[in-house]
Amino acid sequence: MINQAPALRLEGIVKTFPGVKALDNVSFEVLPGEVHALMGENGAGKSTLMKVLGGLYQPDEGKIFVGELETTMANPLESKSKGVVFIHQELSLAEELSVAENVYLGELPRKRFGRVDWATLHTKTNQILQKLKVGFDAKTRVGDLSIANQQMVEIARALTVDAKAVIFDEPTASLTDAEKLVLFDVIDDLKQQGVGIVYISHRMEEIFKITDKVSVLRDGQYQGSVNTSDTNEESLTQMMIGRKLDLSREAIEHELGDIALEVTNLSCGTLYNNVSFQVRRGEVLGFYGLVGAGRTEIAETLFGLRQPSSGSIEINGEITTINSPVDAINRGISLVPEDRKGQGLVLGMNCRDNMTLPQVDDMTAGPFVSDGAEIALFDQYRDRLDIRTPGWRQTVGNLSGGNQQKIVIGKWLSMHPDVLIVDEPTRGIDVGSKSEIHKLIRELAANGYAVIVISSEMPEVLRVSDRIAAMFSGELVRTFTADEVTEDNLIQAISGLTA
Amino acid sequence: MKSEHIKNLLKSGAIWLFIVIELIFFSVAGEYLSFSEKAFMDADNMLLLLKQSAPIGIIAVGMTVVMVNGNIDLSVGAIFAIAGIVLLESMRLPVFSEMGDLVIPMAWAIALIVGIALGALNGLIVWKTGVDAFIVTLGSMLGYRGLVFMFNGENPTSNLNWTLVDFAEAQFLGIHTATWFLGAVVLVVWYIMRFTVHGRNAYAIGDNRDAAVNAGIRVGPHMMLNFMLIGFLAALSAVVFYSESGSVNPNDGQLYELWVITAVVLGGTKLTGGSGSIIATLGGVIAIQLLRKGLGHIGADTSTVNLVIGLILIAVLFLDRQLNVKGKEELKV
Repeated sequence: MINQAPALRLEGIVKTFPGVKALDNVSFEVLPGEVHALMGENGAGKSTLMKVLGGLYQPDEGKIFVGELETTMANPLESKSKGVVFIHQELSLAEELSVAENVYLGELPRKRFGRVDWATLHTKTNQILQKLKVGFDAKTRVGDLSIANQQMVEIARALTVDAKAVIFDEPTASLTDAEKLVLFDVIDDLKQQGVGIVYISHRMEEIFKITDKVSVLRDGQYQGSVNTSDTNEESLTQMMIGRKLDLSREAIEHELGDIALEVTNLSCGTLYNNVSFQVRRGEVLGFYGLVGAGRTEIAETLFGLRQPSSGSIEINGEITTINSPVDAINRGISLVPEDRKGQGLVLGMNCRDNMTLPQVDDMTAGPFVSDGAEIALFDQYRDRLDIRTPGWRQTVGNLSGGNQQKIVIGKWLSMHPDVLIVDEPTRGIDVGSKSEIHKLIRELAANGYAVIVISSEMPEVLRVSDRIAAMFSGELVRTFTADEVTEDNLIQAISGLTA
Repeated sequence: MKSEHIKNLLKSGAIWLFIVIELIFFSVAGEYLSFSEKAFMDADNMLLLLKQSAPIGIIAVGMTVVMVNGNIDLSVGAIFAIAGIVLLESMRLPVFSEMGDLVIPMAWAIALIVGIALGALNGLIVWKTGVDAFIVTLGSMLGYRGLVFMFNGENPTSNLNWTLVDFAEAQFLGIHTATWFLGAVVLVVWYIMRFTVHGRNAYAIGDNRDAAVNAGIRVGPHMMLNFMLIGFLAALSAVVFYSESGSVNPNDGQLYELWVITAVVLGGTKLTGGSGSIIATLGGVIAIQLLRKGLGHIGADTSTVNLVIGLILIAVLFLDRQLNVKGKEELKV
């Protein structure tokens, strides 16, 4: 591979938006047969760079080369036809259409008079699906597939053209471990064929497992490239955030209080079975397990979104039934949901209104909502949680992920819960803000809340929890104390390897 | 797997089941309640029913396409009236005075072109401004209707051409001219939506617009083409209807948009786009016409008919929702 022209090369790309220099003289290249990771915090410019490459944005300055040829990308179709293919992070599929139609979206094979050539379409699609070793065929409706299989459809798209470079944007976000392996095989195949691969991910294990080289962006600027084998997690993180990150455990010594929540033999159909645990005030209980192990479903049951088929829930020593979120809130349980943007926030509303949403009924002066009371509440939690926003009028959608998450947490804290459930507290939040959220969770426990943290990230669970409940396929396998737990025994427990 | 299959069958066939139930109900109820000697399912009566379905039906086919595409067109009733006036007035144009019956195809063509142009204007505004189709066509509905009133005030526009009337009233193989047009439109548009790239792209755009954009589909031109199609069909509906009646009242076609949307939705097309079937829309159109005619047959007045159709529409959408909820997995909030 010496003296080979890069599969894809960007040179001195500048892109300015009103008020922000999103990309400042960024250069980047991928060789054929190389898996090249592109890393950076949210807002570092990765997505902008990819949009430039995909023809969705036009750069203000700079050059794009595919192979040896300098080129421009006027629109997504052009970039695809030049052999630059994207696997998008957010699934962009038409669910009502068939797999084949999605795979060849925008390029359905034609017969005369603009008719679709169904036979060719299905044969070609099935050939691609065979390569991917998936268990569905071209005629399946995409809406009937699991998220992971939908991701495979997305990948199948990349194989329809003679790709020179394939860009994977957070491809494993919704995949199980087994599915990840299939994906890595696909990436390996592409690599063998001499395709240049850009791999965007926050997940360090993956970066070290499959990439050859890493390039880092920070604040729209290129920070440099290193061979993956010459670097480690710590120095990469440092490149990304520009300072050292304290990765030690956020433990705060304090007394545990009474049992706030006790769950006994709780079951819900096939989703989870005979789950028992308790959480004390001042304690963080982590739930760790694979996607589909039943963690989120337990949280949803506690918040009244699902009804258990058997078992009991005790809050502060009293057996209760929770039929709806309103019940849950009244009994002192709050849930910070997994899907922050979809379930946690009204993105178009301002900070204050999001924060006061659950209790705006109580903040009235006569028939009107009291502006003063709302602002006072917002100010209180802004200071307490260190929410960085220009003011309460700021639209929540414009805040960073970390600050958005703090707004959601503040919203629920203001309801004075006994038990706070946080589902995936740092999903989609950049490395720097992650540790702040972790610190915040520890502080909440220290202040006497009983906190349940559900997470798919092992370092996170290890870092914030006093005890860790390991889930495997609907069973609570074992509850570890902080002293007992190691990465190894935790992995074994969630893979169903220990009795 | 099997229950899934049955569910799908039930979903796609539901409208036809509903039609069968209506037929049985009105036949039986008609025996006791109707003052007419004739049975409800009399062949002439059914043929007439199809003919009466045509004006709404032809437009509903176009509306299905536009709604599948993720848009809506509220201006169809106004385009209908304009196309009617254009048809009747253009037959009086002095340039055509020497042409004899050839004036008829000329007038048809002009009316249809006007329909396409009005639809194109809607589509162009939606495409170029990015304003929601609901708002754009709400505006053009008012605007186009304004044009109708500007033309002749409150007075009707009349022009009977007997050759045309004979053509419109003809029954080829027992089936009325209007019904032939409806059938042809259904077939052609069904074929377009099912088998052409344009049709499939229309589904994709309505289903997931971002995905379509990312895949390089040019969303705007497809949408505009569909607005032109519905403009054409609204004009075609008018041309067929006014060939026979020969007189346009400036209020004609008002509320057509709502009847059309009712029929389309009854046929199972999603308001949010991406899903819908031309054939099921035809079912929706027939179901509504049956209901109107059937309730009339057993002696109900127009206001009762509207009330019943309203209730049934809501009931049908509720049932549809129940069928679409994924088992007990669905979170109730």
